[in-house]
Amino acid sequence: MRDRGVIYSGLLIFLGLITFPVWHDMAAGTTSRGPQPILPTQEKQCVAPASYMRTSHMHLLMDWRDAVVRHDAHSFKAFNGKTYTMSLAGTCLSCHTNKADFCDRCHNYAAVSVYCWDCHVDPKLVRRSSQ
Amino acid sequence: MKITRKRFLELSGACLVALSGREILALLDSPGPSQAGPASAGGPRKRWGMIIDTKKCAKEQGCTRCLEACNTTHNIPAFQNPAHRIEWIWEEPFEDLFPSYETPYLENSRKGEPTPVLCNHCDDPPCVRVCPTGATWKRTEDGIVMMDWHRCIGCRYCMAACPYGSRSFNWLDPRPYIKTLTADFPTRTKGVVEKCTFCSERLAKGQMPACVEACPEKALVFGDLNDPQSEIRKLLASQYTLRRKPELGTGPNVYYVV
Amino acid sequence: MFMFEKAVVGSRRYWIGVGSLLVVIGAGFLFYLHQLNYGLGVTGMSRNVSWGLYIGQFTFMVGVAASAVMVVLPYYLHNHKEFARMAILGEFLAIAAVSMCMLFIFVDMGQPMRVLNVILYPHLSSLMFWDMLSLSGYLVLNVTITLVTLHAEQRGVFPPRWIKPVIFLSIPWAISIHTVTAFLYSGLPGRFSWRTAIMAPRFLASAFAAGPALLILLCLLLRGMTGFDVGKKAIQGLSVIVTYAMIINVFFILMEFFTSLYSHVPELTEDFQNLYLGTLGHTSLLPWGRTSLVLMAVALFLLLMPAARRNERWLAAACVVTFVSLWIDKGICLVVSGFVPSPLGAITRYVPTPPEIMISAGVWAVGGLMITVFYKIALSVRQRALGLPVEHGTTPLPVAK
Repeated sequence: MRDRGVIYSGLLIFLGLITFPVWHDMAAGTTSRGPQPILPTQEKQCVAPASYMRTSHMHLLMDWRDAVVRHDAHSFKAFNGKTYTMSLAGTCLSCHTNKADFCDRCHNYAAVSVYCWDCHVDPKLVRRSSQ
Repeated sequence: MKITRKRFLELSGACLVALSGREILALLDSPGPSQAGPASAGGPRKRWGMIIDTKKCAKEQGCTRCLEACNTTHNIPAFQNPAHRIEWIWEEPFEDLFPSYETPYLENSRKGEPTPVLCNHCDDPPCVRVCPTGATWKRTEDGIVMMDWHRCIGCRYCMAACPYGSRSFNWLDPRPYIKTLTADFPTRTKGVVEKCTFCSERLAKGQMPACVEACPEKALVFGDLNDPQSEIRKLLASQYTLRRKPELGTGPNVYYVV
Repeated sequence: MFMFEKAVVGSRRYWIGVGSLLVVIGAGFLFYLHQLNYGLGVTGMSRNVSWGLYIGQFTFMVGVAASAVMVVLPYYLHNHKEFARMAILGEFLAIAAVSMCMLFIFVDMGQPMRVLNVILYPHLSSLMFWDMLSLSGYLVLNVTITLVTLHAEQRGVFPPRWIKPVIFLSIPWAISIHTVTAFLYSGLPGRFSWRTAIMAPRFLASAFAAGPALLILLCLLLRGMTGFDVGKKAIQGLSVIVTYAMIINVFFILMEFFTSLYSHVPELTEDFQNLYLGTLGHTSLLPWGRTSLVLMAVALFLLLMPAARRNERWLAAACVVTFVSLWIDKGICLVVSGFVPSPLGAITRYVPTPPEIMISAGVWAVGGLMITVFYKIALSVRQRALGLPVEHGTTPLPVAK
């Protein structure tokens, strides 16, 4: 077999590439610890149960988006009877005041890039610029 | 199971019709893109309109309070390059507003007089007709021609269709060009078309549009055209008003007292 | 199934051609990434001139795509056998042209990632929705037709009978794609130079001149480079079609001239003045408009002389002039002149920027690559079919050179 050398070196390169995530993370010191978003302290209950929000907050946000933009509905009756105004910057971020400590923690960990913030303004940006 | 090709095709066709029958009936039923549906608790439909009194507006020279109010309320960017400018309400020389009434002998005080123009929220808006995705539509409950910046694909067909030049496109990312950012209203992103929405978010809270509130001369009057007792209807009944390019059949709802 | 293996063997000249096209495509792609990153502000478009080179090129290429019908109709519907060897080349040109159209629309979009919204949230009142439908349908039709007929040729048999109705469907469909594109413009209340009932007929006439002119040039090129001859009768027949289409196109333009210039209504005259006369003092579009008219006149003059048509050098020159004149007219003049003046009377100058031009060149190169690959496949199939017994219906025996 003349091509033994080429084949073996090809296989080695392939193995190296396929195990890239393992040895890269080992070298970078990344731990297997999950994301740890910092929960707000002033409010204990979100607009929906935490378990639902953890799995489906995107669905809730889409429903809110369509309700506000397309149906001019602004009031949301939560599961516990309380009423909230449907607004990302106004309601969600009024409790989750630090987007970097909450939203970004999980999103960065899961490599999810959301484009909400291309348009929706983080109130922190405004406060910082007005100082 | 033995089945002939002909029989198979017949059955598939029947299934397709059955499945899509509901959709086809819904399509035939629907009046058009304005499927947003009423959110208010019933009551008669509103038709928001505006009067711009050009004589009151011209009282203070160089006043741009309505433009500034709109621009700050809605995070409108200020571009140096006029090609990229975003304008929801802006000023044009008076003689350009009413080309059908073009005259070589215009009243002197009007020549070049900056007059506010904005989206007319037409009764039969061509921009709504041409939008392929429904990113702009006419709300049935109050007549506002609304924008959904999540859905807009940036094809700019609406910009070609608008006979008034009321629409702007985000040629670049607007964020760096916004002087004072406010969190009360989202910015938009590059690649979508935007225009005046009659401050629908303020109307939802019972407030008047920002431009109307900001005018020191009360030159902008905003109200429900369907309500014969409203201030705007009373004003329209008592003085002569013009609309821009009514001969095109668009039914604009912004009236000018000249 | 797609016989692409036939496109990966070729002469040095073939690979140089493919290589250069790939370089242009690569450059166009890089500029497109820049446009995606920065926004459509890299182009010369503005608040007043919101459509430019991309949509102009799209409009022109829809016409070229529709022009395949000028070969399909006489050959399949009326059995004019002289177009036998040209039919598939015309259909391949249609596929490449439609693909270019879709690419031009894609690069023009502000939010291209959301393009599926047109299918997810269809709005039947929008001509853009119908344009998307008709272009996609035309693409599927032509891909099916070319695949089936070429496969049959390869095996030396008649194509299956069910392809005939599909081919017949492509005839009105070709007319419809360009009519729908014309409706995009002619239904808008605010743009007076576009709001004319003759827009669709004008589009069709210029398409049926420009497209077949390009096809003639491609066939002559093919013969020069590979020796594959579609036949003198086919080229001559197509040149007569180009002539008649050009006559009708020029006639329509003269009709527009009369209505606008005799009525003296400013809305109607303004665009003609800006494009051809310059009487209003706005001169940026003048060179384009005037060149287009002059070239159309030259093309018509050449095409009307049978002696010039029969001489293939003069015919090639006439086809080039035809194509260029209509490319300027539809690809540049039509779109920009609709936006000038703006609804508020402003005159805005539109000049395409280098990134815009490079992206357009990239899309053109994609079309060129598709044509190269498709014609290579068709030729390989035909060379092979020369050795097969005479049974196949679509390719008669080749004429000796």
